[in-house]
Amino acid sequence: MQSVAAIETVFRQERARVLATTIRVTNGDFDLAEEIVQEAFAAALTRWPTEGTPAEPRAWLISVARNKAIDTIRRRVKLRAIVAAEDPVDTADPAELVAVPDDRLRLIFTCCHPALAPEAQVALTLRTLGGLTTEEIARAFLSAPATMAQRLVRAKSKIKEARIPYEVPEASQLAERTDAAMAVVYLVFNEGYAATAGDAWFRRDLCSEAIRLGRLLVELTGDPEAKGLLALMLLHDSRRDARTDAAGDLVLLEDQDHASWDRAQIEEALALVPDALRPANRPGPGPYSLQAAIAALHASAPRAGETDWPQIAALFGELMRRHPSPVIALNHAVAIAMWRGPAAACR
Amino acid sequence: MQYLLLIYDNEKVWADMSPEESGKLFGEYMQFSKEIRESGHFIAGEALQQVHTATTVRSRNGKTTTTDGPFAETREQLGGFYMINAKDLDEATAIAARIPSAKIGSIEVRPIQAFEQPAAMK
Repeated sequence: MQSVAAIETVFRQERARVLATTIRVTNGDFDLAEEIVQEAFAAALTRWPTEGTPAEPRAWLISVARNKAIDTIRRRVKLRAIVAAEDPVDTADPAELVAVPDDRLRLIFTCCHPALAPEAQVALTLRTLGGLTTEEIARAFLSAPATMAQRLVRAKSKIKEARIPYEVPEASQLAERTDAAMAVVYLVFNEGYAATAGDAWFRRDLCSEAIRLGRLLVELTGDPEAKGLLALMLLHDSRRDARTDAAGDLVLLEDQDHASWDRAQIEEALALVPDALRPANRPGPGPYSLQAAIAALHASAPRAGETDWPQIAALFGELMRRHPSPVIALNHAVAIAMWRGPAAACR
Repeated sequence: MQYLLLIYDNEKVWADMSPEESGKLFGEYMQFSKEIRESGHFIAGEALQQVHTATTVRSRNGKTTTTDGPFAETREQLGGFYMINAKDLDEATAIAARIPSAKIGSIEVRPIQAFEQPAAMK
């Protein structure tokens, strides 16, 4: 016997994975898949308390969702009597279906497809992979629920009508498309981290959600730059309690109490940085990894006065060489000023 | 799955080209068309006369008006199209990127909407 609360925990953990596989079975029909996953969870709520929880809850949910998907598609085909117009149903054996690597990776790449507008990529990623409701996403981005709902409807409709593939991109495009997925995750993080308006609770949730998605990217792609992104987010987020004072005003990095930083999170991030800085799949460390290395040096300083500025200046120099921007140039100059004085920075 | 690839480029850019330059681009178009015919993606494709030859027709309340134009002040004009078969949007955009005008203008990729025929019309 399992309590409703325990079953709900299973849903939260497994929802994205079950949904990702169901979308594949429905040939990329996001709406139908969402509906079916909801039904599969409803079935679990009625059956698990009496029949007992299956040994493998995920496999059970995926197989129930798959059968419902196939039934629905067959019914539709019969209804229309145009068998040829409907794509063939995935008839893979259920065991095989559950054993496939991980459909969440397809889901990430489809949600973060460059043919979708950036704000739609973000909304769709939070909705499908994050399991956030439309209202929650609207609240986090300070937009009307109706606007957000329409954005999601349009994005899902474009995936279906323009046939955006539900696939992991081929090797030649993988790095570029992973960059696009990382950009979405970092956008979610920054929305939670940088903005001052809106519901504070939801903003912190967005940071945690971005970190969760970052972990997923690392787990599924193993891309060193994804490790850099995860480390960067963990390091920024480790200072969440030190960033504001009791009155809610911003505290600058040099005035922060280093003791209130989240040490466990910093340790996790520091362990990721060496890998991130030595990517085998790219010509050199990417922008997230270099920024993570800089944040790591800040996080490793026991006090503000003991920050390793020469090293930080060198990393900003590298960042400037590979990914130049006015903000990086300014930060580079500041790091040199902290190290060798303002006169050197102006040169 | 069928897609219409709409080719937008600036007619002035074409007009300002030397005969060698436009000849080279034209050759690239011939080569591209040949390739997508051979690969089985090609359904149809044509170049259009310049936009000053265009006429716009509107029917409102039973009255038809015919005007010269369009006079849209856009930098790029519709100059031609390809209709292709592709397995998904990624394949369609990869083909669109090979259209010679992608280098000087832009290509709009539009999926074709399939209507189901009512049973009575079959």
